This record gives sequence, structure tokens and C-alpha cells, in this order.
Amino acid sequence: MTAVKTFKLNLGPQHPSTHGVLRLILELDGEKILSCEPDVGYLHRGMEKMAEQMKYVQYLPTVDRIDYLAGCFYSELFCRTIEKAMGVEIPDKVKYIRVLLLELNRIASHLLWIGAFLMDLGATSPFFYAFREREMILRYFEKLTGQRMMYNYFVFGGVRTDINYLEDIENIIDILPQKIKDYEKIITDNPIFLTRTEGKGIIEQTLAKNYSITGVNLRASGVSYDQRLYDRLYNNIEFVPIVLDGKDSWSRYKARILEINESIKIIQQALEKVKQLGDLRQVLINPIRLKLPEGEYYSEIEAPRGLASCYILSDGSDKPYRLKWRTPSYYSVNLLREILRGAYLNDAIAIAGSLDIILPEVDK
Amino acid sequence: MNYLYFLYMDFLAKYNVPKILGNITFYIIPFCIIAAVLLVVVLILVLAERKLLGYFTQRKGPNRVGYWGVLQTLADAFKLLIKENITPGKADRFLYNLAPILVFVPVVTVLGIIPYSGEFTFVNTSTNIILYVVLAAFPVLSIFLAGWSSNNKYSLLGAARSISQVLSYELPITFVVLSIVVLASSMNLSGITLAQYSSKGLAGWFIFPCIAGFCIMFISILAELNRCPFDLPEAESELICGYNTEYSGMRFALFYLSEYSMLFANSLFLSIIFLGGYLSPFGGYLSHIIFGDSQLASFLVYFEQTFWLFLKSGIIIFVIIWIRATLPRLASYDLIKFSWVVLLPASIINLLWVIVYKYLTGGAA
Repeated sequence: MTAVKTFKLNLGPQHPSTHGVLRLILELDGEKILSCEPDVGYLHRGMEKMAEQMKYVQYLPTVDRIDYLAGCFYSELFCRTIEKAMGVEIPDKVKYIRVLLLELNRIASHLLWIGAFLMDLGATSPFFYAFREREMILRYFEKLTGQRMMYNYFVFGGVRTDINYLEDIENIIDILPQKIKDYEKIITDNPIFLTRTEGKGIIEQTLAKNYSITGVNLRASGVSYDQRLYDRLYNNIEFVPIVLDGKDSWSRYKARILEINESIKIIQQALEKVKQLGDLRQVLINPIRLKLPEGEYYSEIEAPRGLASCYILSDGSDKPYRLKWRTPSYYSVNLLREILRGAYLNDAIAIAGSLDIILPEVDK
Repeated sequence: MNYLYFLYMDFLAKYNVPKILGNITFYIIPFCIIAAVLLVVVLILVLAERKLLGYFTQRKGPNRVGYWGVLQTLADAFKLLIKENITPGKADRFLYNLAPILVFVPVVTVLGIIPYSGEFTFVNTSTNIILYVVLAAFPVLSIFLAGWSSNNKYSLLGAARSISQVLSYELPITFVVLSIVVLASSMNLSGITLAQYSSKGLAGWFIFPCIAGFCIMFISILAELNRCPFDLPEAESELICGYNTEYSGMRFALFYLSEYSMLFANSLFLSIIFLGGYLSPFGGYLSHIIFGDSQLASFLVYFEQTFWLFLKSGIIIFVIIWIRATLPRLASYDLIKFSWVVLLPASIINLLWVIVYKYLTGGAA
């Protein structure tokens, strides 16, 4: 008989800190992790197969549900692919409205991440503070679109209604910077927070590139790649992509804080532009008779968690022949295999949390 | 206390009860009283913690059951009471059932040796500070039993963490307690309290010569209580609930109860050895100032002393809750390292300093 030295721990699928239903099969030696095997798919809803049975317009309301924290991005992505396929150029005002809402959505998503990450580290208060600010944004969305999370606001060639309640946005971007400063006071230089995050969960550039990591996680490893720079939606808007070269959890936290500030600047610019442009004129595509010409269509967008993209293969009918989503968290989950090896169990949760994994988005 | 003893024996003699039986039961009664009072104290503590955490995070806390939410903990306790007790199939049944009972015994005993006021200690032994240190570390044994017998990997990890944590933080506590014994020249908690008496009120408190010791003790107590930022044994985000993951109903309630009782006991202990226990911070007692030297004043003083003790421990509990609302959790290896590298040397240096201080102020015999 051989002595048992390691044991296997099923972290999840039901676990308080897996942000959904992720199962990690960990091999532990004491509290040290020898290997990690992520097991995904518990939230699989067949988003891609479902598209093949539905008309484009029927499918549109469901795409928000791919990532319930950043619904705007996926509906924008889907609309953008259709518009590209139909050769429609959306008017300026629609562009800026979309930028405005996308960036508000990005802030809401990052705020939730800050709260959840600190919750993983055992601090409860920042969670409530972050939710308080996120609530302002959700209230605005509710006022404008009637929904707090699944907006279904973007349509093929435009937006559902003209933008309104601009003073609410002004109010939000007045309050937010002060609140972000408050977070930094309680979190950023906290010695316990530093010991938990500095030098933990290091993602080397080559590793990140091999695993196709995108978004904040990549930029916190020192790679300057922000899809928004090449995005036609952000053409006349000035912003700087946040690139930090710490490669650790702390840099990923700091990058998100800085990105919120950058988003606030983008919102200010978009708000000015929206105010200058007059009435809303749209080039709406008739969704009932919509048939994509035969061919392949692809477009991408910088979502809060990284590069998201949509691929449609059309056979000329009113339904896609094949539709494929690239969701950034899926690649982050795979990365856990590498960066959890050799970490301790309580760091494992912090590292996994720092990657901002959203399970509905992983499983689609 | 002696007066009460004779009163009790007289009462029993009236009904021809043997004296030996009276001698035994006299010491059991106080513990029954403690257990009953403890329930009330814990109910208040739990409500206070939830309310305070609510206000710290800009919520209202419990505010539906009863006025201002006062009945919320009572309702929760009742819910736990009527819930099903689930035992996991492959658990070690005897130990699994024993652990929650065992965790409660030292807690009640510990509260029996606390001097609540000048004349009010349930059990007064000459070296009860040692008894306190030993008993306060005792619940970890039942925590380990609970973690081991649950046959759950999360519980086991929580129990292992708890053991290593208490082992490393028990040493600094012992050294600080030693320095207090040196300062007071007494191993009795009442004696230690009286040694801190000075006519100028709080000038005599041991926190002033021994401020480093107070900090060490405070941190170690947080670790021993498994309170934030040392709440690793029950780290929710990693181990779900740690050693009591599998417990439900009344058994869970017992763990919960003992946790808060230990919080209460430790804050009392801290205020006794550093903050002058039941002594008034003004030198003279308010009752004497208001009512002069009357009979009423000397009667009220006992209540006032208890009030001061509870006020001091209340402030300590408030700070502990405040810390919970602010700080994230430490990593397990940092926690052990912090104890052995920082706290233990610091506590030994503190002991040496206290000896020098005692020598210089002419206290050395």
C-alpha cells in the first residue's frame, strides 16, 4: 500500500466564489495546488445552435444574455455584423449614442468586478460601495431602455429610441471620479491587499499570447492591444489604452480602475457630440425581410473582458447557416490551468477572481 | 460572594439537604446563570454586528423583525432551533455530535472566572489568568473534531488551518500575559484589576507601560477568534464555511454561539488586563460623586463597575467589527509567518521591557 500524499478537491460547480458555475478539479498537496483542470459547460445554453433556428431579429434579444454584465457589447457586436453584411454605414449620432452606452456598460461591469474581486479576498465593504455606484448606471439604463441588464436597445442600423435623460449621465460622471478615489483609498495601498495581489498570478506575455488572452488581462501584462483603437465607432474620440507591465493581480486591478477613468473621459466626449448633433436619423434595416447575402461575415469589439467577436456564415436565407461567438472569458478559464499550478488554495481564488471570468459568457 | 454562600447554605439547611450537596451545587448554579445570560449577550452582539456592518456599508442592516430589527436574531435563533439536524452519511457520528457540545463548555467556564465587579466573581482561584489562557485556546480542539469528523475536504482544510493558526498565536498571547503578571505581581484577574488602580483614574492602566503588548494581544485575539482579517478557517470564498460546513440546525447554532461568546469573553479579558477591568476611568466612581458616601452609593458602585467593564469591552468589540468591515483576508502562509517573525519576537521584547520597567519603578521585590 502506498501512502496517500495528495488529494483531489472539486472546487465547484456550486461554490460561493466561482462567479457562476465553474468546476475546478484541483490536485492538492496540503494547500498547495499541483494541478488544476477547469471543467466548463454547466451554463451552456446553446446560444450558437439556437441562432440557426431563428430569424436574425428573433435572435437579437437573446444576445444580451451571453454576458449578463455587458449586454450592450454583444448586441452591438451582432448589430455591427449584420450592418457590415448589408453594407450599411450608421449615422454619426447613432455611433456616439452607442459609444456612450457601451462605455457606461463597461464601467458597470468593471465596478462589479472590483466588488466581486475584493469579496474573493475577504473584504465585504467594497462590494457594497461598488454596487452603490453601479446602481446609478443601472438606474439610468432602466430609465432609457426599460431593462436593467438585458437592454435590447441596439437594432440593425440604429437604436430603438432616441437617447434621453442626458442630465443623468452628467450626474453619474460627476460623482464617479470621487468615488473611484474613495476605492483607491480603501483598497489600492492596503498592505493586506498588496500582499494578496502583488506578484500573484503572474501572466507572462508569451503565455498570454499563447492562450489568446485579450482585454485588460493582456494589457496588464504589458501588451498594448486595445481593439477600440481600430474601431470605427471610436473614430473621433481621444483616449489612451491602459497598459501596465506588472503582470500580476494588482496590475489587473489597477488597470481596471484606470480604465474606468478612461471610460469616463470617453463618455464626456461622446456626450458633447451627442448634444451637438440634432435629431436622430437612422438607416434602419427592415428586420422582417432581412436576408443576409451568401457569404461569411466577421466583426469584433473590445468587451470589458477582452476581445469578443461574431462570425456569421450565411447561405442567403433569413437565418444564419452557422453563427460563432468568440467570448474572451473562455480563454481566461483555460489560463487557470497554467497560472494556478504551484499557488496556494487561498491565492487560487484571488487569482481566478482577478481574471474577471463570467461563466455565462464562457459557456454560451 | 461569601455572603451569598451562607445564604444559600442556610436556605438548604431549612429543607434538610445534606451540606455536601449544597457545596457542589453552589458552584454549578453560577454556570447555569452564565449560560442563560450568555444567550442574551450573544443575541445583542449578533444584532450589533449586523447593524454596524450595515451602517459601515451604507445599508440599514436588519430592520423588519421588531422595532429597529431587535427581534431579528431571536427569529434566526428560532429558525435554527427548528431546522433539521443533518449528519453526513460517512461522518464519524460520535465525534460529529460531540464537537458542538464540547465547543460550548470552555466558553461558559471562561466567563465564570471573570471578575465583573469588585465583589462579583463566580469562581475565584488564585491563578485564574493561567486558567483563562488555557480555556480560551480550548475551542480549537472541538473545531478540529468538527472538521475531522465531518468527512468533508473543506471542513478538514478549515480545521487544519485553525490548528496551525491557534498554535502560532498562542505563544505571543502567553508572553504578553506573562508581562502582565510581572506588572501586577499577581496571577489573579481581580488582583490584576486592583493593581491597575490609581487615584488619577486611567493613569494606572497597564496599557500605558505595555502598549506594544496590547497591540500584540489584540492581533493575536483576532487570530484566535478567527475574526477578520484572520478568518481563514471559515474563509467563505475558499472553504465555503470551513470546519462547520456540514453542520446545520442547532449544532451550527452552538458553533455560532460559542464564536460570539468567545468574542465577548476575550474582549472582557483584554479590558481586564489592559484597561483596568471594572475600575472607573476617573479615579473615583460616579456613584460616590453623585450620592456621597451613603449606603445607596456603595450598593450602586457594584453595578457601575460592571458598567465600566462592559463599556470597555463594548468598545473593543466595536473596533473588531470595524476591522471586519475594512480589511481583506490574509493569506494562510503570511498569517503563520506574521506570527513567528513579527509577533513572537515583539512579545518577547515586550516582556523584557516590562521587566526593566518594573525594576526601574521600584516594583521588584
